[in-house]
Amino acid sequence: MTFGALMFYVFAFVAVASAVMVISARNPVYSVMFLISTFIATSGLFILMGAEYLAMVLVVVYVGAVAVLFLFVVMMLDVDFVELKQGFWQFAPIGGVVATIIVVELILVVAAWAFPDDASIARAHPIPTAAQTGANPDAPNNIEALGLVLYTDYVHYFQIAGLILLIAMIGAIVLTFRTREGVRRQDPASQVARRQIDSIELKQVKSGQGI
Amino acid sequence: MDLRLAAARHAASAGRAKGIYAMDIGLGHYLSVGAILFAVGMAGIFLNRKNVIVILMSIELMLLSVNINFVAFSQFLGDLTGQVFAFMVLTVAAAEAAIGLAILVAYFRNRGDISVDDANLMKN
Repeated sequence: MTFGALMFYVFAFVAVASAVMVISARNPVYSVMFLISTFIATSGLFILMGAEYLAMVLVVVYVGAVAVLFLFVVMMLDVDFVELKQGFWQFAPIGGVVATIIVVELILVVAAWAFPDDASIARAHPIPTAAQTGANPDAPNNIEALGLVLYTDYVHYFQIAGLILLIAMIGAIVLTFRTREGVRRQDPASQVARRQIDSIELKQVKSGQGI
Repeated sequence: MDLRLAAARHAASAGRAKGIYAMDIGLGHYLSVGAILFAVGMAGIFLNRKNVIVILMSIELMLLSVNINFVAFSQFLGDLTGQVFAFMVLTVAAAEAAIGLAILVAYFRNRGDISVDDANLMKN
C-alpha cells in the first residue's frame, strides 16, 4: 500500500466517522465540531485528487464561515437540545433502511464506473497531465488553470454565483433585522438640522422671583 | 474546433489524467466515499426529525458528498469543468446555510423553540 492509498483510507475513514457523529451526537456543539472534522478530512481527499484550490476553499469557506455560523446559532438559541433528541430511535429503523438502500444502490452503480476510451475527446477543458507538463515550471497549476477557465468561459456563472451570495446576504440581514423600541440612537440629520432659535430660549427673569 | 479535437486526442494519447499522489486509488473509491457520506446525511434528516440545526448540517453533508463526486469525476476524466461546477455548489451551499440559519433565528424569536413538529404558523 502506497502512502497515497494509506492517506486516502485515513481521510475517508475520518470523514465518514465524523459524519456519523454529526448526526448522532447528543449536543449540537459537538455536531458542529464533527462537521468541521468532516470538512477538513474531505479537503484532504481533494488534495489527494489534485484539486488543491478547492480543498483550500473548502477549509476557508466551510470551516471558516459556515461552521462558525452554525456554532454561533447553536450557542445563541436557548433551546433544550436533549428534548429535541426525543424520537431519535423512533425513526432509526426507517432511516437506517433508507440509508442502507441508497448506499448499496449508489455503490453498485458507481464503484464499477469506467470512462469509455473516447470519453476524453469530449472534454471541454482538459487538465494537462504530468506527462505533458513535465518539469516545465511555467505550466499552469491547479489554481491557474481554474482561473483561466472560470474567468473566461464561465464568467457568467461566476457572476451569477456572486449574485446568489448578494441575495443571500440581503435575505439574511432582512430576516434577522429587528428595530428595538426605546433605544437611544444618534440621529445625525436632526442634529444637523437643529437651529439656535429652536434650542435656546431667553427668559427675562425679574429679580427676587423665580420663573 | 479541429485544433481543440487534436489537442484532446493528444491529451488522451498521453495518458488519462490522474491524481498525482494516489495512483492506485481509483474513481470508484472516491465515489464510494461520496455515496456513504450522502447516505449518512440522508439518515441524519430521518433521525433528527425535531432538530432543525442538525437537519441543516445533514444537508451540508449531502452537498459535500456531491462536491466529492464532482471533483472525482473532473479529476479522473481530466476535465476542469467539474471543478468549476463544484464552485457553484459550494456557493449555493454557503448561501443556503446563511439563509437557513437566518430563518431559524427568526423562527426562534417568534416561537421560543425550534421544534419542527409544530411548525404550523401558516395554518392558523
